[in-house]
Amino acid sequence: MKNKLTFAAALLAATVLSGAAGAKTLVYCSEGSPEGFDPALYTAGTTFDASSKPVYNRLVQFEPGTTNTVPGLAESWEISDDGLEVTFKLREGVKFHTTDFFTPSRDFNADDVLFSFNRQLQEDHPYHAYVEGASWEYFNGMSMPDLVKSIEKVDDYTVKFVLNRPEAPFIANLAMDFASIFSKEYADQLSEAGNLSDLNQKPVGTGPFQFVAYQPDAVIRYKAHPDYWNGKQPIDDLVFAITTEASVRQQKLIAGECHITPYPNPADIESLKANEALKVDEQEGLNVGYLAYNTKVAPFDNAQVRKALNMAINKEAILDAVFQGAGQAAKNPIPPTMWSYNDAVEDDAYDPEASKKMLEEAGVSDLSMKVWAMPVQRPYNPNARRMAELIQEDFSKVGVNVEIVSYEWGEYLERSKAEDRDGAVLLGWTGDNGDPDNFLAVLLGCDAVGGSNRAQWCNEEFDGLIQKAKTLSSQEERAELYEEAQLVFKREAPWATIAHSVVHMPMRKEVTGYKMDPLGGHAFEGVDIAE
Amino acid sequence: MLRFFISRLALLIPTFIGVSIVAFSFIRLLPGDPIMLLAGERGMSEERYQQLQALYGFDQPLFVQYFNYMTDLLQGDFGTSIVTKRPVLQEFLTLFPATIELSLCAIIVAIAVGVPLGVIAAVRRGSWLDQTVMGAALVGYSMPIFWWGLLLIIFFSGILGWTPVSGRISLLYFFPPVTGFMLIDSLLSGQAGAFKSALSHLILPTIVLATIPLAVIARQTRSAMLEVLGEDYVRTARSKGLPPRRVIGLHALRNALIPVVTTIGLQVGVLLAGAILTETIFSWPGIGKWMVDSVFKRDYAVVQGGLLLIAAIIMIVNLIVDVLYGLINPRIRH
Repeated sequence: MKNKLTFAAALLAATVLSGAAGAKTLVYCSEGSPEGFDPALYTAGTTFDASSKPVYNRLVQFEPGTTNTVPGLAESWEISDDGLEVTFKLREGVKFHTTDFFTPSRDFNADDVLFSFNRQLQEDHPYHAYVEGASWEYFNGMSMPDLVKSIEKVDDYTVKFVLNRPEAPFIANLAMDFASIFSKEYADQLSEAGNLSDLNQKPVGTGPFQFVAYQPDAVIRYKAHPDYWNGKQPIDDLVFAITTEASVRQQKLIAGECHITPYPNPADIESLKANEALKVDEQEGLNVGYLAYNTKVAPFDNAQVRKALNMAINKEAILDAVFQGAGQAAKNPIPPTMWSYNDAVEDDAYDPEASKKMLEEAGVSDLSMKVWAMPVQRPYNPNARRMAELIQEDFSKVGVNVEIVSYEWGEYLERSKAEDRDGAVLLGWTGDNGDPDNFLAVLLGCDAVGGSNRAQWCNEEFDGLIQKAKTLSSQEERAELYEEAQLVFKREAPWATIAHSVVHMPMRKEVTGYKMDPLGGHAFEGVDIAE
Repeated sequence: MLRFFISRLALLIPTFIGVSIVAFSFIRLLPGDPIMLLAGERGMSEERYQQLQALYGFDQPLFVQYFNYMTDLLQGDFGTSIVTKRPVLQEFLTLFPATIELSLCAIIVAIAVGVPLGVIAAVRRGSWLDQTVMGAALVGYSMPIFWWGLLLIIFFSGILGWTPVSGRISLLYFFPPVTGFMLIDSLLSGQAGAFKSALSHLILPTIVLATIPLAVIARQTRSAMLEVLGEDYVRTARSKGLPPRRVIGLHALRNALIPVVTTIGLQVGVLLAGAILTETIFSWPGIGKWMVDSVFKRDYAVVQGGLLLIAAIIMIVNLIVDVLYGLINPRIRH
């Protein structure tokens, strides 16, 4: 019986991985269930992996493995001289998925673009509130309602966005998941049948894979879109096996029940690398973990004090203990995979003696301060409590007494915004659209003081540079300004920049063509399984 | 009998209202604002926050929210999840069969193994067999479920490769759910090997979930048997020359089972609690995992609705047990 069972299990694993009847099936052990299949309704990466990545396309897309924007459903675009009009030339002959619940009668055209954005923009649109609590969080979060004045159909294959102000990151915004293009014809069919909410349950798009079925919390099935505009995929079926426990995902990968899986436990990475059937890809995450001083409260309003404290932090020890090697010391507020990263910036070297001296020079003695530790795990900070303890120890060596405080996550985010906040806050950020503005303006701009600028830092020189960069359309000119801004940042030291995470992606050796996404998504376009 | 039934039924109403108040208020007592959690590090403007508060009805006084919730509830509307935007009842009904299937298998295994073990331990009281069974029961009872589940996966699935790691059925098989019970659906699908695959996926989670109830049932059976074995009628049966198997199986066990049945009834709660961890380890798509996730996301509607539905099920099970007792033992009716 034992042997029979072993044999059956081996046979099963073998057939799953080779796929039945010669069809190639890629099994991805995903870390959670999607909230739904309309990416514009949600903000979680898990949801995007299951919806926008396989099923949909966007006008503009990120080139796989980079944060560069390349043409997607738009073949090209032009920006008017005043930067207020962006005109997209749409790709012709793009087919929507034909499924057992929808058969398209026409190709993708301008009506689909208008539908996809107007449902988010116009409050009287029939699909604006098609599910209870639809709040279009990313569309609003990226300030699209203030930015977009109108969207016009010039002809069937030309669409013009009219903006209220010039905004360089706008193109990158359109590559984000919320900007996925839906079929208007399908939406119309659903409203005739009175089944509006199916738009969020049974997705139809133009993407590389088409939706087949979802068993909640268990399995999502897709198959390759036979008429995909960018060529049919080398694999025939794509299956997401939802497996929330990291250790269990690892076992499934080893047992051959899946080909590829995200988010391994840092402690397991070495043993995964050592396994002959597996390989582990790695890449710096598009994120930054930092300690933000409150630059409005003495003595942290003095840049010299902040700099002295930065020099007291032993980042290497933090990388070892908190990131267990899956991290990289940060010197800039943007990660190294992002364009305009200024590698010439010199980090404040770890030097407790010099730090002590600088504090004395600044007239600071017997300093007591609070350090806030986040209650949750984040890619940019897997263990904030431990990090705070290490910082506490480091600061005590230069005569600064630290009290560690923490709150429930929602409360933490809210309270840390206060301009008169007591203490320095551990927090971080993961990029949305690969644009430096998405880090520098959101986290350090004057407009964000009292909000996402936890350092409450408003520096005219810095803000001038990033505001100017936002209005330029040339990436090179923008990059120069951002590089300069990073020098100002380092000089003024509103944060101690701690680390960027390193993301690992273990997979079976036979998986080929997988490109890690610096934006943190998981997409399987172009992935194959070697025979 | 009818009067007894009606009085029991009437008792359910205040209990249900009590549970609804607890379910409604507890999740709100926890610090943490679902809207801020949705926004995460990104945050949102005060204006937008107010807008969303109004959208979800959180801007109203608590008692108004409660009243609205109960009004909807009486019309069968359990609300909509803030996270998935899907109706709570629909989500519950999709996931619940998986939990029932696993719990039923676990309780069947616990009874089928626990009762005989308890009987053997009692009959061989003091022997090495008794010591071993009771020692194992103590270990089982104190087993940390999460660790135990992972250990079994690593050993049986990882090292030996005998059982699948997680899930309800091999990904090879794909058929639309009819009953939601994988064992039944796999048979109905007519696909060769589907039932076997579903069964093999049930083995480890069933063992993990059955461990604690099994230990409890074995210990309870042993002590109940010991009590009964000392009774006069057992001695009488023995002295009139009945074979030991008949004495133990017919006369002793039947009487010893009454407290055991009570214990089994009480395991419903233990199973649901254990299901939370077991489902998480084995990626089992049931309500346990669903509830835990929603607590972390402060998904008020799901936590409230889920708690009420689970409470309603436990209350109905209790009612049935009460009524059955009344039927079996007339003394309880009066």
